[in-house]
Amino acid sequence: MDILVCIKQVPDTKDVRLDPKTNTMAREGVESIMNPFDRHALEEAVRIKEAHGGTVTALSMGPPQAEAVLREAIACGADDGVLVSDRAFAGADTWATSYTLAKAAASLGSFDLMLCGKQAIDGDTAQVGPGLASQLKIPYITCVQKVREIENGFMQVERMMDDGYDVVRLPLPALLTVVKDINEPRVPSLKGKMRAKKADIRCCSAADIMADENCIGLAGSPTQVVKVFTPPPRGDRTVFSGTLEEQVMQLVQQLKTYL
Amino acid sequence: MLLVDSEKCIGCGVCEANCAFGAITVEDGCAVVNDSCTLCGSCVDTCEPGALTLEGGEKKALTNLGEWSGIWVFAEYRMGKVAPVSFELLGIGRNLADQRGVPLSAVLFGHALNDAAAELIASGADTVYVVDDPRLEHFREDVYGRLLEMLIREHKPEVVLAGATAIGRSFIPQVANILNAGLTADCTQLAIRESDGMLLQTRPAFGGNIMATIECPYSRPQMATVRPKVMVPLEPDPSRQGEVIKVSPPDALLSSQVEVLETVIGTEDNVNIQEVEILVAGGRGLENEKGFDLIRELADELGGAVAASRAAVDSGWIPYPHQVGQTGKTVCPKLYIACGISGAIQHAVGMQSSKTIVAINRDKNAPIFDFATYSLVGDLFEIVPLLTEKIRECRKQ
Ligand SMILES: Cc1cc2nc3c(=O)[nH]c(=O)nc-3n(C[C@H](O)[C@H](O)[C@H](O)COP(=O)(O)OP(=O)(O)OC[C@H]3O[C@@H](n4cnc5c(N)ncnc54)[C@H](O)[C@@H]3O)c2cc1C
Ligand SMILES: Nc1ncnc2c1ncn2[C@@H]1O[C@H](COP(=O)(O)O)[C@@H](O)[C@H]1O
Repeated sequence: MDILVCIKQVPDTKDVRLDPKTNTMAREGVESIMNPFDRHALEEAVRIKEAHGGTVTALSMGPPQAEAVLREAIACGADDGVLVSDRAFAGADTWATSYTLAKAAASLGSFDLMLCGKQAIDGDTAQVGPGLASQLKIPYITCVQKVREIENGFMQVERMMDDGYDVVRLPLPALLTVVKDINEPRVPSLKGKMRAKKADIRCCSAADIMADENCIGLAGSPTQVVKVFTPPPRGDRTVFSGTLEEQVMQLVQQLKTYL
Repeated sequence: MLLVDSEKCIGCGVCEANCAFGAITVEDGCAVVNDSCTLCGSCVDTCEPGALTLEGGEKKALTNLGEWSGIWVFAEYRMGKVAPVSFELLGIGRNLADQRGVPLSAVLFGHALNDAAAELIASGADTVYVVDDPRLEHFREDVYGRLLEMLIREHKPEVVLAGATAIGRSFIPQVANILNAGLTADCTQLAIRESDGMLLQTRPAFGGNIMATIECPYSRPQMATVRPKVMVPLEPDPSRQGEVIKVSPPDALLSSQVEVLETVIGTEDNVNIQEVEILVAGGRGLENEKGFDLIRELADELGGAVAASRAAVDSGWIPYPHQVGQTGKTVCPKLYIACGISGAIQHAVGMQSSKTIVAINRDKNAPIFDFATYSLVGDLFEIVPLLTEKIRECRKQ
């Protein structure tokens, strides 16, 4: 099983808060991290490799500093890391990102399985995985919560639905996007960290992956952001006073419409 | 590319503070853009001296935009019923169609569809395209995707909307990709721009800290998935007239090597927290599994369901399908009661558009109070039982 895992570097939003006075984002000390869902995709890839043999390659599209998440991926069990990076990719929407990752994947050879996170926490679109599969013309399943078995060129997985889950069988090669229920990611081993330090991260440009310049970056993006604004703060805030009992009574009064 | 006009830049640093991606720094009194820039444009709007501009790549329309007309809604059918979000989409779809002076159509895939098509017409559709086939009984990405793609190519609608549900968010991206169409995920507002009829799609971005309005200027159809519970359905009118068009696609489109072996329904209490009107949510403040019994009682009294923060889910007090937030579900109930939840931004993004928010927390500085309509500062173990009791009394009257 040769597995490709797509990993995105995202800003860690843990400490991000809206400054209520200026209504701007307090961004001090926000670091870049591996997209949390992708960590689970990587872990699943490493587990599958451990059970079935093969290789795990981590792929990321992003600025040069995204190399860090690929080293981290190697520390957590990936064999290789490949970064596609080019200023021409800037402004890519999910269409252009799917295209770019597909070109990169194709330039790397063939894979039996591709894994993505369900969504990236900066954009929250969950569109790149399906888009990538569609570019590569392979079947895919989103929101996989469990890989049940892999046998004879087919795999059986559980796909999380809004009301439960479906058990689905699909042929390989295929792409899965995973939710965090699927596994508990390991922490990097000391040996892994050493390997990560020394690893050669391959870096590819738009030309290296033979991307059509009309299909990448802003030029290749059918959607365009035309306006960005901070959501208006809620205007209607009430803090009750009095004894707890009085406060609860006031609340019940307010909630009458829901009773 | 993001361009800085060094003549105009006064080095005030507002752009630096506003950039969610840490892509701008002020060096020697002038803004400098680095490789992390995603061209989101939020800095451009906040730059008072007008020193920042986004220079777009030259771009041509990929298709003859004028050929595309009509508003479409993908009607999601699962377990013998149309998903509520589909009716909500018909509500906003009707509005958009009337503004554009074009028909509103629904697309319905499934098997044993009962009177689903008639329900869609009663809720605003002029036309319903129906594919009824045993092979559509279960949702399969590839089959649904190919069918929708075929219908879109044939009829050329200008707008295609689907619910931002597990199904919608799974197969719509594939359709958009194949059609070279723009797709905006998880929209909370849709509007038509009067001057040119373009669909303006607004969605929360960067963990809900900012809202972004997105358009698809060069391609058709303009596609969007829309968050459940945000749009308002029309009052169903059984006397509305509409046309049901049965479509029989070629066999090859309906068959697939992907097979759904089994469908298992059920979160522990069989509810989808995205579809209920009242949610009582608990966090680490509940202390243990038993704490959830407390809020479950309140939820039952209100006819609602129970949700949770990630801290509670990670502690194993309640299963993941109940998690609200960035890595859980986004909910938009009429009433959201947060008990012992601090209101971290990752939680808030999943619930802040709820109509009424009640926060119960003993820490008066908890960020949840920034989002709350009604705030109660105090011990939840005293407040929640009291609240449950008062509501019970109130309902008896
Ligand atoms: C990448 C990423 C993604 C994340 N995604 C999500 C997500 O999807 N959903 C999510 O919820 N979180 C998410 N988080 C975690 C989030 O940052 C917070 O850690 C989490 O929401 C905290 O949960 P909590 O409010 O229950 O716990 P805490 O932050 O520990 O808050 C507990 C609150 O309970 C109050 N309290 C305690 N005892 C009582 C009492 N007796 N009476 C009244 N009040 C009491 C305390 O004052 C405190 O405010 C994510 C984090 C990261 C980094
Ligand atoms: N720039 C990128 N580089 C590598 N993988 C990505 C990138 N963007 C998205 N992905 C993958 O696609 C998934 C969904 O991302 P999104 O559609 O942006 O929410 C992520 O979890 C990643 O696995």
